[in-house]
Amino acid sequence: MSLGNGSNHGLGRGLLLVLLATTWIARPAGAVDPAVLAAEQARVAVVSRVAPTVVAIFARGGRGGGSGVLITADGYALTNFHVTRGAGTFMKCGLNDGRLYDAVIVGNDPTGDVALIKLLGRDDFPHATLGNSDALRVGDWTFAMGNPFLLATDFHPTVTYGIVSGLHRYQYPAGTILEYTDCIQVDASINPGNSGGPLFSGTGLLVGINGRGSFEKRGRVNSGAGYAISINQIKLFMDHLRSGRIVDHATLGATVSTREDGAVVVDGILDASEAFRRGLRKGDEIVSLAGRPIRSVNQFKNILGIYPKGWKLPLVFRRDQVRTTALLRLRGLHRDSELTGTPKARPRPGSPRPKPRPGSPKRRPSRKAPTAKPPEKYKHLHVKKPGFANYYFNLQQQKRTLVGLARLGDFSGLAEKWVLAGKTVAGEPYQFTLGKSGAGLDWKDKAFFQPLDKGDPVDEPSGSGGLLYAVHQWKTFLVKREKGFGTFHYLGSEPLDGTGNRVDVMITELGNARCRWYFGQKDGQLLGFDFQREEDTDECELRFQGDVVRDGRHWPKTIQVSSAGRPIGVFRIESVQMKQETTR
Amino acid sequence: MRVGILVLFGLALLELTGPGAAVAQSIHSTIQRVQSRMVKVFGAGGIRRLHAYSTGFLVSPTGHVATVWSHVLDTDELTVVLADGRRISAKVLGAEPQLDLAVLQLKADGLELPAWNLASDSGDAGPGTRVLGFSNMFKVATGDEKVSVLHGVVATKAPLATRRGSFETAYEGTAFIVDAVTNNPGAGGGVLTTRGGRLLGMIGKELRNAETNTWVNYAVPISEIRKPIEEIIAGRYRARQREPEGVDEVARFRPLDFGLVLVPDVLFRTPAFVDRVQPGSAAARAGLQPDDLVLFVNGDLIQSCRVLKQRLGRLEAGGVLKMTVRRGDRLVPAELPVPAKSSTPSGEKSR
Repeated sequence: MSLGNGSNHGLGRGLLLVLLATTWIARPAGAVDPAVLAAEQARVAVVSRVAPTVVAIFARGGRGGGSGVLITADGYALTNFHVTRGAGTFMKCGLNDGRLYDAVIVGNDPTGDVALIKLLGRDDFPHATLGNSDALRVGDWTFAMGNPFLLATDFHPTVTYGIVSGLHRYQYPAGTILEYTDCIQVDASINPGNSGGPLFSGTGLLVGINGRGSFEKRGRVNSGAGYAISINQIKLFMDHLRSGRIVDHATLGATVSTREDGAVVVDGILDASEAFRRGLRKGDEIVSLAGRPIRSVNQFKNILGIYPKGWKLPLVFRRDQVRTTALLRLRGLHRDSELTGTPKARPRPGSPRPKPRPGSPKRRPSRKAPTAKPPEKYKHLHVKKPGFANYYFNLQQQKRTLVGLARLGDFSGLAEKWVLAGKTVAGEPYQFTLGKSGAGLDWKDKAFFQPLDKGDPVDEPSGSGGLLYAVHQWKTFLVKREKGFGTFHYLGSEPLDGTGNRVDVMITELGNARCRWYFGQKDGQLLGFDFQREEDTDECELRFQGDVVRDGRHWPKTIQVSSAGRPIGVFRIESVQMKQETTR
Repeated sequence: MRVGILVLFGLALLELTGPGAAVAQSIHSTIQRVQSRMVKVFGAGGIRRLHAYSTGFLVSPTGHVATVWSHVLDTDELTVVLADGRRISAKVLGAEPQLDLAVLQLKADGLELPAWNLASDSGDAGPGTRVLGFSNMFKVATGDEKVSVLHGVVATKAPLATRRGSFETAYEGTAFIVDAVTNNPGAGGGVLTTRGGRLLGMIGKELRNAETNTWVNYAVPISEIRKPIEEIIAGRYRARQREPEGVDEVARFRPLDFGLVLVPDVLFRTPAFVDRVQPGSAAARAGLQPDDLVLFVNGDLIQSCRVLKQRLGRLEAGGVLKMTVRRGDRLVPAELPVPAKSSTPSGEKSR
């Protein structure tokens, strides 16, 4: 089937003529309701307002492409992962001003089929306003915009108009790890080349990224069911994508199925999962997840599917009429190698993949990233690192986040012995002694010790998740920063403790020990951290409150410690000594 | 062509005059009301490219569902999922294959369901009417998820004339032709309504023109199926007689007499494919194989399983059965001796 430029323009013009003629004929008869004309005016106004934000993406070297949409003035734009995967590190992007811009990859979400890119060369790009996709209702009008069939040689986006056909749709992964959860179904035409383009609400707010359609036997063209990734899902991943990483979605570590009576029950669970450690077992009924009641397996997958790996969600489950609520840190859905290795290169059936331009030789776009040379002017904007789409952007985010750390004062060179002492809120005296070869705690008439010159972190005091080693990691973080750890990067953001304000998250790793450091997104303040001795063990959670300045350095007033949902103690810092290490 | 479109647009705009704003206001409540009366039907299929799901709509509060007559219903394990997610077993209460219509009865007592009243909720519409299509196309909705809704315009209301060789349909009456892609896999049995929620028609099966590789999106007007639905529910419906010369005939021979097992006869015209060949039978000796398509019997064109059964039923004992089958791209002749007497009981009616 040929969908050549000429015939399409002809049809478009024909329709336009018909529309003009119709209004012209109908008006004198008084047949056109002013409301219809007003609605038409409103549509035209919305389209002309948002069209400048729509991006036509071309792989360098002209191999395939897709669509995208600008979301910030400095050039960040959203598209599909299955568009950037074929396009490589640097792309060419056309806007409806007729100009072609260079763009660089920022972050990839292979599971959610989302990618963040950055257009270069301007700081005043027209950009779309993010809407609230949860406010959509079935029957609402929507505009899909993009570059179907890569038709627009002048980069003016194609507009298709339709209604929301369904919400909270689940589209199974088909042969690859890509999975569409909680997505928006529309009857606006979504065709190959629309991939990555915006779905706008009737008022021009960005509510989704078009990426998939139900095609069966009618060839790879619209068949009445297109799917867009909801913008609300993408909002949850936005800081993760800005981190330059290849991000992952989440699993509970448990699978569910529908029981005869319609209840959704656990039919398999990983012993190593946090859900298992909090008591979830096979046969338990899932009542709610993330505050949303669960009535079907699809719904469970929908809710889970929109969250990034590592977020904490409240889960309510029931066994023998007993309800249990647990706050669970979500596991990754994939192994790192599954995400970063060339994901099964087969395109999913059902994803609108751009076809070669009509008339061009029938050459399949190579699935390998093109090796075209990056533009000389911008080549410093890409840094390779395993696990990252572009480590350059992680370095930028580290710099931004660590400003908050610098404000705490200068700890450099203070790697010697620290003594933190005071009383807990329960009135028990305590003293942390952090040396080079070991860390000790005197508390409740007991002495706890963590050797630091050899051996792994231990769970001391027992049941705390390893408070002693955690405090040692805090010291290392303040004193040595990235030099103290094997892994040191910016992760993205998450709500603190599942329900709090969004915080920026830095990750450090040393051996098996892993810390998540939380910085307030507004003021950059270090709010605390979670320490995990090794994978699949309960974390030691430290939260900082208050601010006391001693010798020009900022210290928290109290440290609240908990693990596995149980409080360990609240430590008031009453004295701090940092002196030369003495032999024990 | 242009003039035609012009007329359509003109009519579309005319339709809009009057309560345009009011209609826009109520579109969400229309959709909710219609969706609550729709059901998802799960039955037979799932092999080759035959889907195992379709759509239906409630036509009585006590659990009668009108749906499209298709292979999906050819099972004892028919499940209907209501809009609120309840799963209920169902049986086929009655069917009118010539209208592509079946009525299901939910196997549950004491139901009080939101349902269409065909007498007061249905209506008619001409070209240009703005319409909504509701169906569980592509099985995208499960559990209590609501069926999909599409928007479009009635392009015309015209007879759906079968054209042999290009497309064939059981239903040959008047149909609404719409510009939305309503007729997708699993959409059959869905409904077409006005934007105000007035019931216009039942969405038909997928229909492809083999010559042009285009697909027709159509719905059977409720006025055509209302009476049969009501009569099936009342238990006084007699299916229309079709090909009467074959129906009451006594079959002298059956495919099994030659060692042939045909594919299940689930379509209006199921192609006469051989499903299995019994070892040691006449068919096996003649070299017939599974997946052979029977094209000719004694020089007569065989259009379907039913026609093949009729032809075999009329054979005289002791002769020779000449058959031509298509195997892959080849035509293969075969000769089978007709046995003296049928080995299967021959009293029952040919189906």
